[in-house]
Amino acid sequence: MTEFTPIASLAGGALIGLAAVLLLALEGRIAGISGIASRLLPPVDSRFASRLAFVAGLVLAPFLVAAATGEPVSQTVSSNLPLLAVAGLLVGFGAVYGGGCTSGHGVCGLSRLSQRSIVATVTFMLTAFVTVFVVRHVIGG
Amino acid sequence: MSVIVNLLVGLLFGVGLVVSGMANPAKVINFLDLFGTWDPSLAFVMGGAVVVAFVGFRLALGRGRPVFDTAFHLPTKQDIDRPLVLGAALFGIGWGLGGFCPGPAFVALGLGAPGTYVFVPAMLAGMWAARRADA
Repeated sequence: MTEFTPIASLAGGALIGLAAVLLLALEGRIAGISGIASRLLPPVDSRFASRLAFVAGLVLAPFLVAAATGEPVSQTVSSNLPLLAVAGLLVGFGAVYGGGCTSGHGVCGLSRLSQRSIVATVTFMLTAFVTVFVVRHVIGG
Repeated sequence: MSVIVNLLVGLLFGVGLVVSGMANPAKVINFLDLFGTWDPSLAFVMGGAVVVAFVGFRLALGRGRPVFDTAFHLPTKQDIDRPLVLGAALFGIGWGLGGFCPGPAFVALGLGAPGTYVFVPAMLAGMWAARRADA
C-alpha cells in the first residue's frame, strides 16, 4: 500500500511541467530524460556538459528536498536484483528505441499534442498495466 | 550558461519527482495495479505536469525563439512506425516490472537502495544498445 497523495502529486507534477517549460523557453529543448541520458553515452556531442548538469540536478534533488523538509526521502525499491536488471534493460532500450519515455512522450509530447507521443504513451501505459497485473495477480497469485 | 540552466532545471524536475511521490517505485507500481492496491496519484502528477506544460509551451513557442539559443529544437518525426510502438511496449513492460522510469531512477541514485545500482547500469546498457540499433 502507498498513500494516495492528490495535492502533493498535483503540485509535484506542476513543478515537472514548469521544468519542461523552462527548458523549452530558455534552451529551446524538450525535457526528455531518456534523450538527455542516452546522449551522455558515446558518441557524445558539444552538449555533453549541459546534459550531465541536468542529470546532476536530478541526482541532487532529493537532498534539496530533505534539507528543506528536514525528513529523508523514503522509497521502496524491489530487492529482486535480477528482475531490476531485466527492467533496466527494457526501460533503457525501449525508451530510446521508441524515441522517448514518460517525460519526453508522456509530459512534453502530450502537451504538444504529438500524435507519436499519444500512441507511445497509450502503448507503454497498456503494457505496464498488463505487466503489473501478470506479476501481481497471475504469477504472484 | 547552458550548464547552469540545465543544472537548475534538472534540479527543479527532480524536486517535482520527489514532491509528487514518483521517486518511489512502489507508488508507480501501485498506480499500475488497478485490480490491487491502486494508488491514483500518478494520474495527478501527469495532469499537473501536462496542464502547466500545455500552457507554458504555447507561451514559450509564441516568443519565436528560446532565450539562450537561436531556434527551438523540436522533434520532427511524424510517422507512427514500428520502433515507436515496439520501443514503447518494451519500455512499459520494464516500467511495470521495476516501477522505475529514467527520471526517478537518476533521482534514486543518492538514496542508497541496492536495486537502483542494478537498474541504472542496466538502463544505460539498454540505451546504448538502442542507439546502436538505431544508427
